[in-house]
Amino acid sequence: MDLLLAATETNDSLFNDYALVVTSVAILVTMILALIRAMLGPTVFDRVLALNMFGTKTVLLICVIGFLTNRTDFLDLALLYSLMNFIGMVALLRFSEYGSFREEGAEIGSSAKS
Amino acid sequence: MLSDHQKFKNQVIDDHLKSMKYSFTLFIALLASWLLWSGHFEPFILLLGLFSCIFSLWICHRMKIVDEESAPIQLGIRPFTHYAPWLIKEIFKSNIEVTKIVLAPKLKLQRNMIEVGANPKTELGRVILANSITLTPGTVSVGMEKDRILVHALSFEGAEEDLSGDMDRRVCRLEGK
Amino acid sequence: MMVLISILTWLLLLSGSFFAVVGGIGIVRLPEFFSRLHGGGITDTLGAGLIIAGLLFQGELSLVTVKLLMILFFLMVTSPTSCHALARSAMTQGFKPVLEVDTLDSNKN
Repeated sequence: MDLLLAATETNDSLFNDYALVVTSVAILVTMILALIRAMLGPTVFDRVLALNMFGTKTVLLICVIGFLTNRTDFLDLALLYSLMNFIGMVALLRFSEYGSFREEGAEIGSSAKS
Repeated sequence: MLSDHQKFKNQVIDDHLKSMKYSFTLFIALLASWLLWSGHFEPFILLLGLFSCIFSLWICHRMKIVDEESAPIQLGIRPFTHYAPWLIKEIFKSNIEVTKIVLAPKLKLQRNMIEVGANPKTELGRVILANSITLTPGTVSVGMEKDRILVHALSFEGAEEDLSGDMDRRVCRLEGK
Repeated sequence: MMVLISILTWLLLLSGSFFAVVGGIGIVRLPEFFSRLHGGGITDTLGAGLIIAGLLFQGELSLVTVKLLMILFFLMVTSPTSCHALARSAMTQGFKPVLEVDTLDSNKN
């Protein structure tokens, strides 16, 4: 506890930076695990799931790196990445399902709009 | 005859007013997000932002997606004040359960599929319910019929929680006036 | 006060990292596609949520806080949607989940 107090009082920002470094390492480990699943994945859906997770972790990593380097404009990039990730995944799913990007007529499992 | 005509006219005016309300909400939301993400307040750039908001609104009108789903003002802020805290608590609980399952030295899975009832009247309510079910790990909503949601659960505890219908009641209360 | 914020940041960031890695382990370790969805769910909800909550305490209250909350909200809306789209599209393509409804712990990994 003494050590903690001393560290926070003398160099607070550096102390917190360690937390950010640890977090980014953990995020990188998670990304590697997702990549392993993307390589192993027996079906295309396993790969898409891993890709989706990889994208989410990219968003988080950009946020953390932005705070680490004190450049909070990185957050704009993070939002852009999350948008691209979502749209890209839906497009990929639609492509794998229908073989093209056309609008589908009757969908299975979705309730009809009144 | 006249009353029918009058009724139709009122209906048209009503629809128009409604669409105006949602357009206005969407416009305010667009403007707010533009201001938030840009952070510049010079007149020229503000003007550009205003134009881009109007352009986006025009595109939305062209695509005919300005309705109670794209600008859900009728829900107010109750989703954030009443529903979100409870949902966060549920997310914590179920996350810890799934973490235990994943980290156990021998995987102890009790995978099962159940059907739960979805009582919310509007489509938006059903989407909120299905998303909440997916958001609590351990249960994923796989398919959706008219008023049933097909749920894949990793353990019996998660399945029982969904079957109890607590979430369903809360979403119903959320959309009820 | 500074110490308190520091401890809170560490706690949130470390637990967020923990849940993120657990989700990563889950996605590699769980046996078939429909169970792996749950592993992805852990990282997307509590992993992302706790890490962003930890970042919230890093900066002072400003536009950055609102931006972080917006990113969190957006992630919380899109991740279940894409999860559901994935599951539904797998179901329509004829993938059937492996279930153990009547057997309690007979699963062989």
